Amino acid sequence: MIIQLFKKSPLSFKIGFFISIAYVIAALLSFIWTPYDVMAINLEKRFIAPGIGHIFGTDHFGRDILSMIMVGARNAIAVSLVAVGIGMIIGVPLGLWSAATRSTGGRVIDEILMRGNDLVFAFPSLLMAIMITAVFGPGAMNAIIAIGIFNIPVFARMSRGGALGLWEKEYIMAARVAGKGKAKISYEHILPNIMNLLIVQATIQFSIAIIAEASLSYVGLGTQPPNPSLGRMLFEAQTMIFFAPWLALVPGLAIVMLVLGLNLMGDGLRDILDPKLRRKEPDGVEAKQNVSS
Amino acid sequence: MISFLLKRLFSLILTLFVATIIIFILIEVVPGDPAAFMMGLSTNTDAADALRAELGLNLSAWDRYFNWISGMLVGDFGISYTYRIPVSELVLDRLTVSLPLTIYALILSTIIAIPVGVISASKRGSFSDTFLMGTAQIGVAIPNFWFAILLVLLFSTTLQWFSAVGFVGWEAGFFPVLKSLTLPAISLALPQAAILSRVMRSSVLEVMDEDYIRTARAKGLTKRQALIRHGLRNAMIPVLTILGLQFSFLLAGGIIIESIFSLPGLGRLVFQAIAQRDLIVVKSIVTLLVLAVVMITFLVDLAYAWVDPRLRERGER
Repeated sequence: MIIQLFKKSPLSFKIGFFISIAYVIAALLSFIWTPYDVMAINLEKRFIAPGIGHIFGTDHFGRDILSMIMVGARNAIAVSLVAVGIGMIIGVPLGLWSAATRSTGGRVIDEILMRGNDLVFAFPSLLMAIMITAVFGPGAMNAIIAIGIFNIPVFARMSRGGALGLWEKEYIMAARVAGKGKAKISYEHILPNIMNLLIVQATIQFSIAIIAEASLSYVGLGTQPPNPSLGRMLFEAQTMIFFAPWLALVPGLAIVMLVLGLNLMGDGLRDILDPKLRRKEPDGVEAKQNVSS
Repeated sequence: MISFLLKRLFSLILTLFVATIIIFILIEVVPGDPAAFMMGLSTNTDAADALRAELGLNLSAWDRYFNWISGMLVGDFGISYTYRIPVSELVLDRLTVSLPLTIYALILSTIIAIPVGVISASKRGSFSDTFLMGTAQIGVAIPNFWFAILLVLLFSTTLQWFSAVGFVGWEAGFFPVLKSLTLPAISLALPQAAILSRVMRSSVLEVMDEDYIRTARAKGLTKRQALIRHGLRNAMIPVLTILGLQFSFLLAGGIIIESIFSLPGLGRLVFQAIAQRDLIVVKSIVTLLVLAVVMITFLVDLAYAWVDPRLRERGER
């Protein structure tokens, strides 16, 4: 059934899916094998242009770019995955709770949670991420936290919006009459119904997190050297761009392809999982209405 | 309308108040003593104590918070630890770079995005739609700092049309300033334009399904006339929301771009201030940026209420 669905899916989804899978495979492969050792410094082999042997060339320490990109992509994916995971694990229950209390007559908790949401949204996210990593020390762990915090309100708002509509449905009414509590209803009836929505959003947030991780590593606050990261590679490439442009081109393209793949997959998923969503796409107005109501 | 306004205003003030507490606490836990930073390597404890007293660092946290807030209310943001001039002066000075850059980038992104969105939507499913939206997909995926590096490589190094880095200053006149801000503005604008054109496209598609467009068509207008006379204004509403959000995003989001082009803007100032533990500068700028976001959200809410009376009533309930 999944295979049939895949065959019918739009071309963009297939492209996105294959790109994303390729990255995941390369990232997983890097745990056990990379063409060259990414930690080994070999000054005799530095600044080799892309070609046979080193298909993406080597950097100023003679490290193989392809190998570094494999490990860098692995780090980026790991950071983003955990960061989006944090956003979902905290955000979704908050959103469900908010919707549940509101739909059963309470307003206070919903108001507090949603104003808290607005509050996090009001902070400039990149600047705060830079501040958090600067305060608590640079590194992958703090980058995860800094990116994760700004994913919480996204998922809270999304699941609240989805859940509010569902609480009006007859089957939820029936479940309430049957004596099920708010938490039980949210978990058993609401969550499965908004899962599609959340999966699509998670894909999009994941691609945003990849760029955020690259930005943080670029300013030296993400994954720390000698561990390779795509952002850091771009930063180092900048001064050598005149005679070794591949150092800037290849890691940049690697980021673009990964983000593009994830976005295409997210858009495709949205079309496959919920055709209704496609027509309601300009959700700016609806989102605002939810906030004001 | 009045009670809606008051409710919104109250929530705005509350948000700001809580935001200042969060910022203050976050700054409090920053390791490193600013006085020691300012004194450099000298180990004269008396001088450091005197400096601490001068900066008000020996007061209790509560007093410092209160002084900070009451100072800000009258426009006194304190004195920068590293620059030794009032923060307000510093911020105003940097805004003369960041604000034009932000506006420049927004104008560029609007000029690109709106026609692209409209063309895509009106030729839905055609080759040009697929091509434009494909390009937009790629645009969304490009990190702006990488794009900036590529622009420097192409236009400054290879073609030598623009100087790679630095800001000429307003004394040099309008056009030199415009020129020195062009590459940074393009690098900021492109990813934003990509997002905006997608919003514009779906917004136009949505509007074209509305009854009033059908009425206009029935009245004898062509599709294009109906779109221009009745559709565009309505399609702009979600686009304006995104524009509002992008404004505040760009104001702070230039951190990396400003560093790449060595522009003395707000983003670079705050980034350096974080590195140098010039916490009073960090505190003030983050607060100002939060204020900007909250104010813009407030204005957008007002605009919605003005356009759509249903929202107004809901707010009053």
